[in-house]
Amino acid sequence: MDSQFKKIVLENSDTIVRMWVEEVNALKDANYTSSISEELFDSTNREFVNVIFTRIKNVEPAETLEDFAEKLINLGWPLSYITDGLQVFRRVTVDFILSQSEKVDSNHISLVLQSVDKWVEPLIRQLVNEYSGNWENVVSLQRLALQELSAPLIPVMENITIMPLIGTIDTERAKFIMENLLEGVIRHNSEVVLMDITGVPVVDTMVAHHIIQAAEAVRLIGAKCILVGIRPEIAQTIVNLGIDLSQFPTKSSLRKGFTTALEITNRKIVDLDTKVDNLENMINSLHRE
Amino acid sequence: MGTQSCINIQKEWDIVGARQLGRDIAKKIGFGTVDQARIATAVSELARNIYLYADSGKVCFEAIETIDKKGISMIAIDSGPGISDISLVMQDGYSTSRGLGAGLPGVKRLMDEFDLISEKEQGTEVKTIKWLR
Ligand SMILES: Nc1ncnc2c1ncn2[C@@H]1O[C@H](COP(=O)(O)OP(=O)(O)O)[C@@H](O)[C@H]1O
Ligand SMILES: [Mg+2]
Repeated sequence: MDSQFKKIVLENSDTIVRMWVEEVNALKDANYTSSISEELFDSTNREFVNVIFTRIKNVEPAETLEDFAEKLINLGWPLSYITDGLQVFRRVTVDFILSQSEKVDSNHISLVLQSVDKWVEPLIRQLVNEYSGNWENVVSLQRLALQELSAPLIPVMENITIMPLIGTIDTERAKFIMENLLEGVIRHNSEVVLMDITGVPVVDTMVAHHIIQAAEAVRLIGAKCILVGIRPEIAQTIVNLGIDLSQFPTKSSLRKGFTTALEITNRKIVDLDTKVDNLENMINSLHRE
Repeated sequence: MGTQSCINIQKEWDIVGARQLGRDIAKKIGFGTVDQARIATAVSELARNIYLYADSGKVCFEAIETIDKKGISMIAIDSGPGISDISLVMQDGYSTSRGLGAGLPGVKRLMDEFDLISEKEQGTEVKTIKWLR
């Protein structure tokens, strides 16, 4: 039976393609592909229908399914173009075969449906896999990029390092922060690390717990961690939560934290202007003598 | 009474979604920055407890109004293992996951009204309200 249906479809491929194109065109205006130019839409439809028919004919394809999918993915076509297109093909083909059949009983309909599904399903599966494989690829690359951004360490000067944290901290990121912090403290030979949480939207008990653990670990390797950038509303919620941060140093701003870091490392900022002033005063007083 | 908006908690990132929804609704009601932070933190605690201890559940928000005050209600519901000793989990520092154990007592302090109902093997429901001052 299957080969008989196949024969009907292949002999009437022109009619089926025409019906298919008509329906797919009707879909175009209604949704996603409406911004695509007529020419590109037509040529893509032709390619699509060729891909489908070479599959049904079981001949060596001019353009493989992978190539076709890759092209669509690169052009940014939505997956729904493919799933809709194949649904339409399925419907049009089933209708056509049934219209060509002499007697139509439920058994016959079920045979037609089975055959057509057998042609279409592997196509859908494969195309969806190509798409999702591509998405997974993109997601894993973005994840990598995010990870690089998620816990940056800036060695601002000898012995002083800053870790500015921006955005939500989940368990994975918290682990990454800890690793980066310890590794960085050792690599840059830091005496003081300033952990800046200005950009962290919510400090709940989980985030606080991770910060406390990180600070404790930094202490164990012989450095000091100062928590800076605690916004007033965050300070209040931390107090409400009953979290005790008195154990380790905190400063409201990065600037204050940095001054403390300088003190700890036995340095201070000297204003050059006042130095010049002092020098001038000295010279003046010398002249007066 | 407003309409209820809920968010399902299944993955860790759903906690972020719940937090954002809670904060948005709180902002619309007119809560200031500090109370928004309190509410978002309370959402975070309850949603994380669902994620950690009950696998899945949901957090629902509603803008509420009485004759003389407005507020936000937040309900966290799950059908997880439940809590057998409520006074124990309400103690600061009690945790079965080596956490800080400050979540539930913290939420009670962050919000104005707090009600924990739980039955072993049946699940847990935490109802909280924050009034606009
Ligand atoms: N939704 C829940 N279902 C079951 N057990 C819970 C739930 N929420 C909290 N618990 C229990 O209560 C304890 C205290 O919770 P909490 O105060 O949030 O602190 P933490 O999460 O840091 O342990 C948890 O360790 C857990 O055993
Ligand atoms: Mg908790």
